[in-house]
Order: sequence, then structure tokens, then C-alpha cells
Amino acid sequence: MDQQHLDRLKKIIAVYLPEDVDQGAITLTSDLTSELNINSSHLVDIILDVEDAFDITLENDDMDNMKTVEDALRIIKKKRAESTE
Amino acid sequence: MRNRVVITGMGVCAPNGVGLKAFDEALAEGQSGIRFSEELEKLNFGCQIGGTPQVNQELTDRYFSQLEQKGLNSTGMIYGVIAATDAWEDAGLPPANDEPLWNTGIIFGTGILGVDKFRESIYRVDEGNVRRLGSTAVIQTMASGISAFLGGRFGCGNQVTTNSSACITGTEAIIMGAERIRNGLADSMLVGSTSEGGPYVWGGFDAMRILPRNYNDSPEQASRPMSAEAAGFVPGSGAGAFLIESLESALSRNAVIYAEIAGGHINNGGQREGGSMTAPNSNAVQRCIRMALEDAGVNGSQISAINGHLTATAKDSTEISNWKQALELEGGDFPLINSFKGSIGHCLAAAGSIESVGTVLQLHHGRIYKNVNAEPLHPEIKELIDTTKVPVETRYVQPEIIAKASFGFGDVNACVIFKKYNP
Repeated sequence: MDQQHLDRLKKIIAVYLPEDVDQGAITLTSDLTSELNINSSHLVDIILDVEDAFDITLENDDMDNMKTVEDALRIIKKKRAESTE
Repeated sequence: MRNRVVITGMGVCAPNGVGLKAFDEALAEGQSGIRFSEELEKLNFGCQIGGTPQVNQELTDRYFSQLEQKGLNSTGMIYGVIAATDAWEDAGLPPANDEPLWNTGIIFGTGILGVDKFRESIYRVDEGNVRRLGSTAVIQTMASGISAFLGGRFGCGNQVTTNSSACITGTEAIIMGAERIRNGLADSMLVGSTSEGGPYVWGGFDAMRILPRNYNDSPEQASRPMSAEAAGFVPGSGAGAFLIESLESALSRNAVIYAEIAGGHINNGGQREGGSMTAPNSNAVQRCIRMALEDAGVNGSQISAINGHLTATAKDSTEISNWKQALELEGGDFPLINSFKGSIGHCLAAAGSIESVGTVLQLHHGRIYKNVNAEPLHPEIKELIDTTKVPVETRYVQPEIIAKASFGFGDVNACVIFKKYNP
């Protein structure tokens, strides 16, 4: 399950990578802005894409806490668990 | 001592052709870009036709990355980027590396940008769902979204701005960019304009009942500049762009020079002396043309041809009369005059830039494009000038100097003088 989420997330993130950053650079610990060099204005778009892909709604706190790929996966997992409760 | 200004790159996204070659062929053959719109019919428009550039996904992919296409819902951005990118590449200027191009700027106008994006945003906001707008709503709906996008694409470090002045927007952008170079404030400028189309842009004009309503079954016949049967302007859309630079800059890089911008003038009729929000003050129009000639250092008899504003309304004969008085010429000495609106409609904020591209192509290739649907010529125009001055077939002649004018709501006027480049 986690691997599936990771693959889906990687696909979402890949769209927003600058031209000089390779998709292979996306790892669990990658920081979205400081390491992957994603334009900070695109973080809100990634959030929206994640909401659509995983059928969840993210709150402002979740967005603030989503610094790395790992953070994102943890938040997605938590939200999905909440929504199926 | 002012710098001479020349054109070294052009691009166009017009209802009857995208790219210089397609546009040249379409104008030479009088191919129409006016089409029936099912959408306008469904929405109960009186005028259910319009001019829209034919841009498919494949073309969009050539000008926008996958990321740039995320949430892209602004035809004005698409048309403008296509025309401007073509103009830039045509001129052969390399984009900036790390350091901005401090001496290259952009003046790229529009009337309104991102109408469909704005509509999409309004629905979300009204649903209480503002957080779902994403990052693209602002950059596609701010008027300067187009110049901002282009500024980033090419790395321009000089003035990067968007002008807006109704139907003279494109012509005004060219004149303002040229002034900047002339005065030594920039070496090169990307200038032009873009205009969206469709129901939300054209609706207001339909409501004013100034668009033709009897040609929904025969769209190609609807736009009839200078004709006795002119029934109002056909709405259009698209973009035109130029890379202009100082002669010194062009020569230093051995650039191909399409033409020289010999001069120009912009004024306003003040909505006085018969001028209003929607009607021109003829004194101001004549003054604008005369001042442009003076600025270019030419007189009326040196003008080989005119590309008019000529929208296909009752004002066409007034425009011809104004040209005649401003140039101080008799009907038989009047230059050839044409309007491209017969085949592309009135592209609003993009009219001046698209038509200027056509005008400069005439100088470059040696031709005066035919007037489409001008017959039967309006009787008042027949009284003013010889019928032969309104060519209904493309003439393969070598024009030296062409005057191009645009007039618009707000009593705004602009006239630019393009000249074949002679060292």
C-alpha cells in the first residue's frame, strides 16, 4: 500500500520538477522546495493534486507540515484512515 | 540624435493562419478565418460567428511544457505566447542565461486576460471553495500575465509591461516600444498584443447591436469593410508580435531586417468635437496621422499604401475622408488602401498587432493584399477616392512606405509608419 502511495505521489511531484531536476531525485527524505527545487507557489497545486488523487481534504496545518515526500505520505495515510473510519 | 528602430522578428496567431507563412498565404488568397460558432448559437447571440485562431493540442505542446499547461485556461496567454515566441525565435535572439537581458524589454498589451480562468475561479469562490483555485488563477487573470510570462521565458531585464487601450492596444505597443529604443532606454523590445475571444469577451458587443446578425449561415461574407453592405464588425481574436531593435543592434548581429519603424503617433480625441466613448473625433484622427507622418519625416504623397482600421461599420467612409484630409491628397493620388478585417474580423486588442504583421509582410514580400468583401464599394467612399485604390485582388507591387492606423473606444488613436529598410 505504501509503495503504491509513493508511486502515485512521485508521479504528481514529477510534473512540478524544474527542468534540471531528474525524477530519480525524488526519494522519501527529499525536501520538496529546498532539495527538489519546486517553486513554492506550486506547493498549493501539489496539495490539490494530492487531494484529487487520494480523495482526501487537507487542512492548513497539513499543508504547513508537508515539507518532505515522507511527510506527505504520512499525512495521506492518516487522512485516508480517517476517511474510512 | 535618436536611434533608428527596425523590425527583425515577427510572429502571428490569427484566425486565418498561425505563423508568418500561413498568414501571408491566407491574406494573399483572401482566405477567411471567420467561422460559425455553435456555442454562440446555443447562448442566443445575435451574431453567431467570429474569428478564432485554430490552435490544437499539438501546437500548444510546442509552445508550453506539461507544467506550463497545468491549469492553463487562458486563450489570450496561448495566442500571445505562440506569436511572441515565434517573433523572438525569428529574430534569432538567444534567451538570457543567468543574468537578465538588461537592455531587452517587453510591451505586450491585452484588453482582458484569462476570461475563462476568471469564470472558473468565480464559480469556485462563490461555492466557498477559494482554496481550490491553485496557484495559476492570479498569473492567468492579471492583465500583465502575458508580459510576465514572456519576461520569464526570455529573461528580459528591461521594462516588462502590458498596455491596454481598446482597439489600438497592439499599434500602441509597437509605438511605445519603438520610442523606448529611439530614446536609448533599451536596445531591443518584444512588442505586440493578444486578445481572447468567445462569448464572454464578445457578448458586450453583441448587446450593443454593433455585430452583423444576418450572416450566421454565411460567415465568410459577414465582414465587409468599405462595402455598401457593411453590417458591423465581426469579432475576432488572436495575437501578433514583433521583435524590434535599434539599427545598430540589428546590424551588429547581422539580423534580417523586415522593415524600419520610421515614426508614429498616439493621441486621444478627448471625447470632444463629435468624439465620444465609441465614436472618433475626426480632428484628432487627422492630427494623429499628420503627426505620425511628421515624426517619420515623410509627406502624404510618399505613402505607398494604407492599412486602415476599417472595421466594416458606417464609420469606414469617415475614416477614408480623414485619411484623405490628413494626407492632403486628391482621390486619384490616394494610395492603395486595404483592411484585413474582411478575412480575420476585428481582433480587438490584437487588431493592431496582427494587422501590423500583415502590413510589414506586404513591405517584405512586395505585395498589397486584397480586400475581401469590399464590393460593392460604399457610395460615399467612391466619391472620396478612385475605386482602383481599393484592390479586390492582391497586387504584387513593391510598396516603400505603409501607414497603419488603429482607432478605438475611449476616442484613442494610433498611427505607425513602416518603411522598407534602406541603409
